[in-house]
Amino acid sequence: MSYLPKSPWLVHYDASSCNGCDIEVLACLTPLYDVERFGVLNIGNPKHADIFVVTGSVNEQNKSVIQNIYNQMAEPKVVVAIGACATSGGIFRECYNVQGGVDKVIPVDVYVPGCAARPEAIIDGVVQALGVLEEKYKNMGKVAK
Amino acid sequence: MSGMNSWIAVILYIVLAPIIGGLIAGVDRKISARMQGRFGPPLLQPFYDVFKLMSKQNIVVNKHQKFYVLCFLIFVIITGCIFFSGGDLLLAIFALTLGSVFLIIAAYSTYSPYAYIGAEREMLQMMAYEPMVILTIVGMYMVTKSFNVLDIFTYNQPLIYTLPGIFLGFLFILTIKFRKSPFDISMSHHAHQEIVRGVITEFSGKELAYVEIAHWYENVFLLGIVCLFFATNWAIAIALAAVTYLLEIFIDNNNSRLKWQSTLGSAWIVALILGVGNIAFLALR
Repeated sequence: MSYLPKSPWLVHYDASSCNGCDIEVLACLTPLYDVERFGVLNIGNPKHADIFVVTGSVNEQNKSVIQNIYNQMAEPKVVVAIGACATSGGIFRECYNVQGGVDKVIPVDVYVPGCAARPEAIIDGVVQALGVLEEKYKNMGKVAK
Repeated sequence: MSGMNSWIAVILYIVLAPIIGGLIAGVDRKISARMQGRFGPPLLQPFYDVFKLMSKQNIVVNKHQKFYVLCFLIFVIITGCIFFSGGDLLLAIFALTLGSVFLIIAAYSTYSPYAYIGAEREMLQMMAYEPMVILTIVGMYMVTKSFNVLDIFTYNQPLIYTLPGIFLGFLFILTIKFRKSPFDISMSHHAHQEIVRGVITEFSGKELAYVEIAHWYENVFLLGIVCLFFATNWAIAIALAAVTYLLEIFIDNNNSRLKWQSTLGSAWIVALILGVGNIAFLALR
């Protein structure tokens, strides 16, 4: 048992989203939902974060940004794709510049559907991510620690 | 303090300060949340955060940065040891300054543009608060004729009667030292108003935990200095230190961050008017 599930810190990246899911993620921090009750902080620095929250679909311009943020995060780390665009590309999946969901460039652990995803669904997704985080910590090799 | 007692004080400080400092940080986050209409994290949340950071992978940009961060922690602990064992106040303050310098060197050693900006701002903060810190010690010496913490603490009347200006000036720079808005220019507790994460951008895992623990030690030491102003009665001193901290939380939640020019300018003007003014009054009395 580690303390990871008691203090998950998020880094949130808004890929080419319409900002609908983006605003719903921020709504989780407001007094109505207040995810800091569970120790969740929107930390804004990939080196300090445990959970990478991505909204919006992947295109040629933000592909390298997403990979860069993911590579800078310290193990154990999980990725949560939020909204229709981040999970599959959504209505933009046929566009000439869109590659699809976030799982095209980095491994995704939890998918939260919805357009836009409800704050309740986002919180539920993060809670499921905590289970994955704990699992990854147990499997983390001695070398990585 | 005689040999044996000062060792007991040192051990008590090393063991209890992180516990007290962590609890203060927990109360701080809870009260801040309530001021914003939120429920807030559990009281022990700062401890959960530090334990979690201990179990994370440690990404090191420069192999020397670990050494510098550890030196920062050690010198902050030494500062408190000197202070709470009743040693020399001047030496305690200079040990704290040395600790801060190690944090700046650690940030510079990472060659990160974000950490550079944080380190530059940390230095500007130091320039802002150091004059007032030195004036505080000078004022305490002028009243008690000693730099020794024990002599200052056992002086026959509370220093607040003779040093009201210096106390207010010290309160002003305490906001900078606690890294509270509007003066949290190098490293903010609130991540959303930060250029990445300021001076601690490149520290992760254990190193970040050390910085956090050093911050707890430092806060206990600073509240110890606040207690010195109300000395002769332990209970009143601690109660007033708690009121001071509540005031800082209130200020933190009611201000947005200022530019570094305003921080430096206002801190020096306060030091000049309240600090120098109080000392001039003592000298001419």
